[in-house]
Amino acid sequence: MAKKSDAKADNKALTGINDTAREIYDKALKGQKPQLRMPVRALSNVKYEKKSGYLALTNQYKTRTLTYNTVKGFAQTLKMMSASKELIDTDDHASKREMYYISKNWGPARFDEQPESDTVMDDIEAMMCVNREQLRFLPEEKGGEVAGQLVVIDKDRDTGKPLKIDCTGFGSGAYSIPISVEHLEFQTKAKFILCIETAGMFQRLVAHNYWRKANCILISMGGVPTRATRRFVRRMADSMKTPVYTFVDGDPYGIANIYRTLKVGSGNAAHINEFFCVPQATFMGITPQDIIDYKLPTHPLKDVDIKRAKDAIKNDPFFQYHKPWVKAIEQMMKMGVRAEQQALAKHGLNYVMDEYLPQKIKHADKFLP
Amino acid sequence: MGKRKSAALAAKSEKAEEKVMAKGKQHIKSPKRAPVENAESMAKRQREISVSEFFAKNRHLLGFDNPKKALLTTVKEAIDNSLDACEEAGILPEITVKLDRLSPKLKEPEVDAAAKDSGEEKVEKKGAKKGPIPTERFHLTIIDNGPGIVATQIGKIFGKLLYGSKFHRMKMSRGQQGIGISAAGMYGQMTTGKPMRIISKIPKEAKATFVELKIDTKTNKPEVLTEKETSWPHSSKSGTSVEITLEGRYQRGRQSVDEFILQNTLSNPHATFHFVDPDGQKFDYPRKINELPHLPSEIKPHPYGVELGRFHQMAMETSAKNLKKFMATDFSRVSDKVADEIFKQAGVKDMPMSKATHEQLNKIHEAIPKVSIMSPPTDCVVPIGEDLIVDTLKHQTKADFYTATTRSPSVYRGNPFVVECALAYGGELPGDEQMTVYRFANRVPLQFQPTACATNRVLTKMDWKNYGLNQSKNSLPTGPIAILIHVASVWVPFTSESKEAIADYPEIKQEIRLAVLECARQLSLHVSRARRAAEAERKANYIDTYIPFIGEALQEMLKLSDPQREKVVGTLRNTLEKAKLEGN
Repeated sequence: MAKKSDAKADNKALTGINDTAREIYDKALKGQKPQLRMPVRALSNVKYEKKSGYLALTNQYKTRTLTYNTVKGFAQTLKMMSASKELIDTDDHASKREMYYISKNWGPARFDEQPESDTVMDDIEAMMCVNREQLRFLPEEKGGEVAGQLVVIDKDRDTGKPLKIDCTGFGSGAYSIPISVEHLEFQTKAKFILCIETAGMFQRLVAHNYWRKANCILISMGGVPTRATRRFVRRMADSMKTPVYTFVDGDPYGIANIYRTLKVGSGNAAHINEFFCVPQATFMGITPQDIIDYKLPTHPLKDVDIKRAKDAIKNDPFFQYHKPWVKAIEQMMKMGVRAEQQALAKHGLNYVMDEYLPQKIKHADKFLP
Repeated sequence: MGKRKSAALAAKSEKAEEKVMAKGKQHIKSPKRAPVENAESMAKRQREISVSEFFAKNRHLLGFDNPKKALLTTVKEAIDNSLDACEEAGILPEITVKLDRLSPKLKEPEVDAAAKDSGEEKVEKKGAKKGPIPTERFHLTIIDNGPGIVATQIGKIFGKLLYGSKFHRMKMSRGQQGIGISAAGMYGQMTTGKPMRIISKIPKEAKATFVELKIDTKTNKPEVLTEKETSWPHSSKSGTSVEITLEGRYQRGRQSVDEFILQNTLSNPHATFHFVDPDGQKFDYPRKINELPHLPSEIKPHPYGVELGRFHQMAMETSAKNLKKFMATDFSRVSDKVADEIFKQAGVKDMPMSKATHEQLNKIHEAIPKVSIMSPPTDCVVPIGEDLIVDTLKHQTKADFYTATTRSPSVYRGNPFVVECALAYGGELPGDEQMTVYRFANRVPLQFQPTACATNRVLTKMDWKNYGLNQSKNSLPTGPIAILIHVASVWVPFTSESKEAIADYPEIKQEIRLAVLECARQLSLHVSRARRAAEAERKANYIDTYIPFIGEALQEMLKLSDPQREKVVGTLRNTLEKAKLEGN
């Protein structure tokens, strides 16, 4: 954990908390109603530019003014900010669940359910434009898994000495991405990083040491990648200049949720997208064209799929920016079907690594953006 | 009014006769079988069916269908009679009901809740599955301080069905048909073989009369076993005591004797009740007011409500010499002019009664609806009164809010009636149960067949969601609400002779609806008032509850001193209170 960046991150959070508290205090003493101001966290408040490479917040803000209706939320927000300050001051952290239990000391201002405290946490994050790790709140969500040509350099918790973790040495298992990845460093000679949607597909490739054959790093995302996974891939790709290929189901969820979030972040967490995205990621498959080219077995698109696809074209600045994506999504809607990664098993269990992946990777320049 | 009823009863026994005839017809109609009957042999079996016998076989019509209900009905008929008698004689009623158990006590079922909603039907079903319902034997004594009964009348009143004073007049009273008490005695006699015992004293006699009698169900005549002078064992100047031994079932809870007496104390605040239950426990309910209700006046039938059969009967029995006189004196609101108008419509001329043909009477009856006749006088129906029904409801419920309304009298089929309604809301009323409905007809609590009753039919059709209550389609709403509905009339139309449910005449339903709506409007005002008050309270609490935490958090983050914290909390509270007053 590099001390410098740590202090800087702490500073930003601390300054944010102090400034907000001071502002409220001053306003209150003047007999004015204090306000909390935070960016609107939604797709409607983001823009996409290829240059920056992520969904960036635009300038819509919501202001929460202290009234009798908001007084409880106000108290909770301030108490949580105070808790965050305390954590930074004592160099400690709390999981989201722990934070929820800490609030049980707050009498009537306590949270009744964890989603309430999570929302307040997200609000503070957005207000300060920091991420929750900087506020010293940690998620319980599990990061992704890694296997392949990569050495992760961590730190021994007791001695502080560097700890080298060789991701080729996990056999049929894999390295788990930790919740916080800022302190990690990497060594790799891999030609590319392959981010995989399902644990099942990841297992197949790991079991056959595909990473050795293709000289690559395999990442299992397990659905929409967690912040830690995104950050891990981003830092690795940035430091090693390794291309990132995405391999997900050929359906609107795989495209518009998993891939989009990996590459450019999400609307809800727009305030931290800058760091938690992988702009260099490209989309290998399964594309709608793959469904035709590889004669994949399909399922019809459900209503929710169609809604998601329409939403992507209509409301998502990322897809709107890339015409090939609009075309691909329209093609899928016209076909009215979707295909899973594992549909490739129709052609034989190892078809995916013997035929599909090598053929696709040969034309990596043609991947969807 | 009794005459109309007697016509209906006559129709009933006609029906019974028809049944006998229908049986005969069947035999005649089946050609393959050799006829075993002929008109002569059938004639031997054809005989008059006495009303007593008819009811002995159809006792459910009178409310004696199961042991529990039979016990209740017996108490009910006796109390009705006593109250009516006292009020007519201008005596403040004091009634003692005593139940002695003559058989071993049966275990009371754990919860009577099964019978809660659809009432007796479920009890019957249960009984049907498990065989005969176990019964107990009771000795029921009911003593009143009424005017007493002249010795020669005792036999007929208690030992003859369809004998009484209320049958033949248009006047609001509890009893209507003169069946009740004699039927109760007959039920006791049928189930235990014991005679009825009556002691009655009239004020001018020093001694009372004791009579022991049975009813001859074949002839509908009293069979007096003993009649002698005796001393009146009670302190009142006059009164009647009736003893009936009967089989029955005593259970507390809903639809019980206890509940009936309690409800009676509520609809008759001028009466004192004493009740000794089978376990010897004594309950006293002293009267709450010392004033008798205004005595309802008697009216003549209104032409609009008179059915053809009754019309003929009245024509036969009238003392009037000619048609016009008959119309003008025997009916309510018929002047000579109105009578002329009716005759004109009917195309009939005034003539001596003896000359009027069946045909002509029919024509006159047919013409009545074509003539506009003033509504009958309505001073003959006496409501309990808004204040008193609210008191009644207050005794039954602990609510936050009460309201009541008494409608102006109205008329259905020529019969004046009045509806009143009281409503209780909130407080300790359970919020997750269906609305409780207390029904009264001429001050008599109705405990059975709620779903068949006009009151419930109106209540279930109303939209209660506007008042913040839950309601599924066609059912009573759920929420902390109780309603009392009292229908008073010179003739309350019941769905059956057991007087359990009010028949749903549109005019009556409409009046019930309007009465309930009036109460509901008040409720609606109350609910929104209460909501506003609660809202203001909540806001104030909200501020006081949470502002200290804002102060605490600011203190932690900014390292404030305690006075600094208190100051910021104080100013914030002021700011918010001020904003609240300004309404945002």
